[in-house]
Amino acid sequence: MSASPALSAATLTAAFTPEAFAAHLATVAHLPVWWLDRKREAYAKFAALPYPARTDEAWRFANLPGVRLDGFAVASAEAADQVRHAPIGISKAGKLVFSNNRLVTSRPLVADLAARGVIFDTLQNALVNHGALVKKHLLAHPVRPGSEKFNALHTAFLSDGAFVYIPKGVEIAEPLGVFHYAGGAGAAVFPHTLIVAEENTKATVVDFFRSADSEAHLACGQNDIYAAHNAQITYVAAQTWSPTTLSFQFNSTVARRDARVVSLNVHLGSRQARHESHSQLQAPGAHSEMLALTVASGTQEFDQRTLQTHQAPHTSSNLLYKNALLDQARTIFSGLIVVDADAQKTDAYQSNRNLMLSDAAEANSLPGLEIQANDVRCTHGATSSRIDPELEFYLQARGIRKAQADELLVFGFFEEVLAKLAHDGLRDALRDMIKTKFKS
Amino acid sequence: MSQLEIKNLHVAIGEKEIVKGFSLTIRQGEVHAIMGPNGTGKSTLSKAIAGHPDYTITSGEVLLDGQSILSLEPDARARAGLFLAFQYPSEVPGVSIANFLRAAVQARMAEGEELDATAYYKRLYSKMDLLKIDRKFTSRAINDGFSGGEKKRCEILQMAMLEPKFALMDETDSGLDIDALRIVADGVNAMRGTNLGMLLITHYQRLLDYIVPDYVHVMWDGRIVKSGDKSLALELEAKGYDWVKTELAAANA
Repeated sequence: MSASPALSAATLTAAFTPEAFAAHLATVAHLPVWWLDRKREAYAKFAALPYPARTDEAWRFANLPGVRLDGFAVASAEAADQVRHAPIGISKAGKLVFSNNRLVTSRPLVADLAARGVIFDTLQNALVNHGALVKKHLLAHPVRPGSEKFNALHTAFLSDGAFVYIPKGVEIAEPLGVFHYAGGAGAAVFPHTLIVAEENTKATVVDFFRSADSEAHLACGQNDIYAAHNAQITYVAAQTWSPTTLSFQFNSTVARRDARVVSLNVHLGSRQARHESHSQLQAPGAHSEMLALTVASGTQEFDQRTLQTHQAPHTSSNLLYKNALLDQARTIFSGLIVVDADAQKTDAYQSNRNLMLSDAAEANSLPGLEIQANDVRCTHGATSSRIDPELEFYLQARGIRKAQADELLVFGFFEEVLAKLAHDGLRDALRDMIKTKFKS
Repeated sequence: MSQLEIKNLHVAIGEKEIVKGFSLTIRQGEVHAIMGPNGTGKSTLSKAIAGHPDYTITSGEVLLDGQSILSLEPDARARAGLFLAFQYPSEVPGVSIANFLRAAVQARMAEGEELDATAYYKRLYSKMDLLKIDRKFTSRAINDGFSGGEKKRCEILQMAMLEPKFALMDETDSGLDIDALRIVADGVNAMRGTNLGMLLITHYQRLLDYIVPDYVHVMWDGRIVKSGDKSLALELEAKGYDWVKTELAAANA
């Protein structure tokens, strides 16, 4: 590939110009000074940083022209009005529905949980009564695996999102659901979900990312999870953006002593989707289960970059990313396990499994280890396989048509991941969501 | 009454011919046993009839009620009424028995017809009880981590749910201890009747003590060389396969 010509400042920002940023700031002038300062700082970084280049290791195999921001602009508030409800009925503990960066409807937290101090509200509302808490945790852990420019864009234009706070000792059995919609041609949205779980808590939070129409959107979101001593958090992010959407999603998970975080990303939508996930195991006993299921079809590209950082002894992490690839779709998995010098007895696992359902699809896998400690168990592996013809024959021999046999086998391939979720209703909802991709 | 006619069937794997002119007609209600030493083409015969893509039928015919099934995909053959009980059933990770059987039952229904889930589970549970399979198995992945006996019982469960016209049972007795064999045989015997024709493929006479065949055929080098009633199985047990070999040699001399 030839060297790209020097890009002018205007090209680097596309429609996210200094004027557009100033206009955006004017709409959020009521935010506290610390937040506005972070936004200004992030904007300067965004505008100065170049687009990723072919030589950037963090962007190896990625379609670089595809991440250009031309054609997108901050979503209009008016277009948000088209979303007035959100379907899937699993959000029994509470539901927030955002459309084009603002809350459009919600089902309040069940009364009992509110009385026990659980906060499930917009970031902006939470600021009013819990400003110190929001300030302490919002964007507190920078994401590392390589999308600085787009991450800065998120921070610069982030204006609202979901704030989930579980106070010490509270356990929530049913999921809390957050919907993030984008609507209107070229609409850019900046979804954000911040989960803070204090000691001895248990909760499940589900982010649903959706397009309200079939237009091209830019989704540039982040979800941060802070799990304190012995917190048990299950987090699911399921995206079904429109097929022309460009999406970025950044995750930062911090697990403290004996905390256990299970996070699952379900990727179905977008033209090109980049997902970065960083788990930090900060104290003994911390565990992070990093899961992903992707169905890549057409000419979609899913680019998943992960980092498992073990910063304390006796920590564990287990990554299992499964992709099913159809048509001419592409996936990239790049994962790194980093074990600090004093993180002895680390137990880290990383696995990327690709099910190739088409000869024209392409799965790239880049597993990596960086180990400073000497008494650890770290393993990684990547495989690509096709549907086993013996299994296909077995199902067909029972009268099941080939297409359906293959669908059952694909779901069988995903089941290993779904089985790690404890909530039956949530598993069923995700299965149904994945099924819609095969029906189209 | 339906019948399955296998006419002068030749089957090859790659270039190698395994089944060399096999002919047999099975009517609904009949139980035929095929006995023979290893490597004589018994399993190849059953897989080829079921439509396994690795097996090439080079000549001959398989007719179900006069219609050739050889151009049909394996799933269409199954829906037409064939069932293959596998010698080595596949382990299918992540696909539960309940979902698998529901898909198989649904595949037999007319387009737009809805499965009555309550009736389906009632029927499934009654068949499982008959085969002494724990009801918890419905949510387990097919054969995944099952013992040999559990796998074979799972095959019979599938057969009971799908009610084929003709069942090809490939070494259903292999790997079973006597208790498991009894359970499997009881399950098969419960299905016996005018609506089911069976081809029992076995190496040993033992199975035939429990599922008593109407006809016994000896297969040798890819075809039937001797047919008789159930006493033939006993004779074979007493004299061994060498007896057949010697007889054959004498006949060909």
